[in-house]
Amino acid sequence: METILFNIFAVLAVLSALLVVVNPLSRNPVTSAMFLVTTMISVSGLFVLLNAYFLAAVQILVYAGAVMVLFLFVIMLLDVQETARRKLRIVSLVMGFVAVGALFGVYKSSIDATYETAGQDSHALGQAEEIVDADGDVVVGSTQALGKELFSHEGGFILPFEIVSILLLVAMIGAILLSKKELR
Amino acid sequence: MMEPTLSHYLMVSGALFSIGLLGVIVRRNLLIIYMSLELMLNAANVALVAMSHFNGNLDGQVMVFFIITVAAAEVAVGLALIVALYRKRRTAETEDLATMKL
Repeated sequence: METILFNIFAVLAVLSALLVVVNPLSRNPVTSAMFLVTTMISVSGLFVLLNAYFLAAVQILVYAGAVMVLFLFVIMLLDVQETARRKLRIVSLVMGFVAVGALFGVYKSSIDATYETAGQDSHALGQAEEIVDADGDVVVGSTQALGKELFSHEGGFILPFEIVSILLLVAMIGAILLSKKELR
Repeated sequence: MMEPTLSHYLMVSGALFSIGLLGVIVRRNLLIIYMSLELMLNAANVALVAMSHFNGNLDGQVMVFFIITVAAAEVAVGLALIVALYRKRRTAETEDLATMKL
């Protein structure tokens, strides 16, 4: 069952990611944005398979919700009709595919080599290890477990958390300032 | 059929990252380039969550939590920049934004 779901989500994610970038039927940014939503939802499905339930929910809320609405809003603000006409240059397409294909080849071969040398180590072979907390209970990526990891851990992530909140404030002020009519 | 292992998840992550990079290289529209950047961030997220799951450590998921936050902030500022640029130059194509090219 897990295997079938993994295959579905993986294929869906990669296919719709390809359609975001090189869609043969449409040059329209709106189509790309819609396929990006499909990719995000498939990735959150992968997160569920990896027991990261909280992150799966956040993925859908933030990416498929907030980020996509922002993208569609900006696409509506800009004039996409003019951009939809332009053709991709065949040379850049071929060169891009060659470069990225080479990169992926290096990546794949390095993973394969790692798994060959790792041999019988169950860790490296990818047998999932159960996460056990102090009380001996099995922990998954639930909201509770992630919250504990964030806040109650010795030398935990409280400072990064606060820094991120400042970052969000700065981003908000920056976005408002940049969108004002006259830039000084 | 065999269970999906860490290497399978890493393959998906690598494929997503490659496709995102392809988009940044090939496409000329600033918005699509931005979407490709999001794809690459998501590929990193998949790798981190997979590593976290298969090594029995939640730190990777905390990292992904921060990445998602930073990505949201980045999208807000980046899209505001694109809109400001579009107001000034009436274009969102990288080909038309070559004033600094020699």
